[in-house]
Amino acid sequence: MISAILIMALGAIVLGAALGFFSVKFKVVGDPLVEKINAILPQTQCGQCGFPGCKPYAEAMAKNEADINLCPPGGADGVRKLSELLGKEAKPVDGEEKPKAVAIIDENTCIGCTLCIQACPVDAIVGAAKQMHTIVSDLCTGCELCLPPCPVECIRMEPIAETVDNWKWKHPVIAIKAI
Amino acid sequence: MSVLQLFKFKGGVKPATNKTQSVTQPITTAPMPSVLAVPLHQSVGGTPRPLVQAGDKVLKGQKIGEADGWVSAAVHAPTSGTVREVTLYPAAHPSGLSASSVIIEPDGEDRWIEHAPVDYKNLAPERIRTLLQEAGVVGMGGAVFPTHAKTQASRTVPMEEMIINGAECEPFITCDDLLMRERAEEVLRGAGIFRDLLMPTRVLIGIEDNKPEAAAAMRVALEKLGPDFAEFEVVAVPTLYPAGGAKQLIRVLTGKEVPNGTRSTDMGVQCFNVATVYSAWRALVHGEPLISRIVTVTGNVEEPRNYEVLIGAPMSEVLALGQPNADTDGILMGGPMMGFLVPDMSAPVVKATNCLIAHSPALFPPNEPEMPCIRCGSCAEVCPHELQPFELYWHARSKNFDKVKSFYINDCIECGCCSFVCPSHIPLVQYFRFAKSEIWAQNQDKRNADEAKSRFEFKQYREERDKQEKAEKLAKAAAVQAAKKAAEAAAASSGETTEATAIEADPKKAAIAAAMARAAAQRAPAIATPSATPLSE
Repeated sequence: MISAILIMALGAIVLGAALGFFSVKFKVVGDPLVEKINAILPQTQCGQCGFPGCKPYAEAMAKNEADINLCPPGGADGVRKLSELLGKEAKPVDGEEKPKAVAIIDENTCIGCTLCIQACPVDAIVGAAKQMHTIVSDLCTGCELCLPPCPVECIRMEPIAETVDNWKWKHPVIAIKAI
Repeated sequence: MSVLQLFKFKGGVKPATNKTQSVTQPITTAPMPSVLAVPLHQSVGGTPRPLVQAGDKVLKGQKIGEADGWVSAAVHAPTSGTVREVTLYPAAHPSGLSASSVIIEPDGEDRWIEHAPVDYKNLAPERIRTLLQEAGVVGMGGAVFPTHAKTQASRTVPMEEMIINGAECEPFITCDDLLMRERAEEVLRGAGIFRDLLMPTRVLIGIEDNKPEAAAAMRVALEKLGPDFAEFEVVAVPTLYPAGGAKQLIRVLTGKEVPNGTRSTDMGVQCFNVATVYSAWRALVHGEPLISRIVTVTGNVEEPRNYEVLIGAPMSEVLALGQPNADTDGILMGGPMMGFLVPDMSAPVVKATNCLIAHSPALFPPNEPEMPCIRCGSCAEVCPHELQPFELYWHARSKNFDKVKSFYINDCIECGCCSFVCPSHIPLVQYFRFAKSEIWAQNQDKRNADEAKSRFEFKQYREERDKQEKAEKLAKAAAVQAAKKAAEAAAASSGETTEATAIEADPKKAAIAAAMARAAAQRAPAIATPSATPLSE
């Protein structure tokens, strides 16, 4: 009887020590789910979801505090992926889905106030105080965060034009047989 | 002559070859077109930067586009004349979109820029590669990959076979056939350049057995060239579409299968098209950059024939040489299996244009209506890459791209065998092209998102760091202030120490006061007589 209790107690101590040791040794820093969600988000950092950037939104979703359809740049495809990952029902995107665009500064009107540079979340605007600014269009995510701070309204959004380099084959159109 | 053991690739189809129409007459040079529109982007890789502008006079063979990066090739003026403009011009592309092109008005003199042959045998391989890039030599079988980037053997695997691709498996096209018949020696000597670069143990020239004249001409030329070309061998391969695909021809000639994601050089094989090695020969031994190519004009025309056409010539003018019949309603660039209908007939002939087929409803009847897939598996039987097109189709149609990827869509070469045999007339290749370009765009978006994320994170880190530095500075200043105050308080409480510090500080203070007085004295007269030194003087 005593020996049985001792064996069980010994087992409990050994396993408990092992569990304690490994929980420290293999501690996961951060929530892996947040990273997975963040990988699906388009990283425009536009804040249209109501959170200050993609990661805070991902954290809110991981904690089940935010809906999965708040990201218009991610589009329906993004919502579908999030619904698959989080096991939730896919629903239409809350907000306006726009074609992809880049911001363009009208360089004649720009007064060099640097306000847009401070607003740009991805450092895509080049310029200095009282110098003309310009946007590196390859880096621009089209988040539109530079539009409101501009005091002279010299920034506009322009949809990305279709060129030979980014053209995509279309989904084949199925002809319905006339009877 | 040794008898080479041939292998088979899986699948393949035998469409009507339709090659006999255009081989009856020799290659002839096409007349000078009214205008030349040379697109800058004619190869895989970076878009060349234009070197000319409107109004510039150019000579034949003058470089007009500088290669951008290693995987990119230069572009040249095909004749002498005046640059009308550098602008967007309809591209030889299924989209019908325009691409940046140099529009040249020929002056009719066709005057060459100074060019000289290169003694390539005494040049370092690096130099030869640069020369090939400068001459704009790209893969002319249709893939237009810059050739110089293919001339490096693997570091670890010895080069065993070099394959010269003269299979030309696609129906209607005969430009490589005629090239081998008429210019066999140049083709072989061109292959010799690549042999010297890659040092393979064998050079195999694969020609489909429906081109016995070409194979015979190559054998005769080989005999003539003698022992220097001893490792060369002309091999007739069975006629089976798509035997001319690089991976298929490698399989047939060597039995090697190049796995997904592996370069053929890592298997000790490299493959070049016959027209590519020919243009490399022109580039090095004649100093002539790639400014023209042989184009088969066939299909619904009175006189099908092969023409040597300048790059940039409008397709409509080239097709007119063959006298198209009245019911011609379009131009098919490339063959009927892999080619595409050119949306704008004024699009120029480019380095990839091996064939122009006059399209007519009689010759190419419209596709029959698509019926449901019955999962018969015919497509999987003919797929030369052993894929399962019926599975790919299912997922591509429902836009489930992750699933499409898991069935290895990136190995699809879009040869069209599956569409060719489908009893339900499903345009399978169209679905695969759609899925492939969507996947490509998704990958691009993912890369951009990752980059945006890292930039965003760095900006956050930088702002945080600036804030911290500012706070530290403030804290330091506050500490200094506090120390001063504490010192003053301490001084007030004990008069002796104040005396001592005051005496110590005195000489400094006195010096400062004296300097300020001097400055004030200097300023005073200047203020009193401001007109004495007017600014305008």
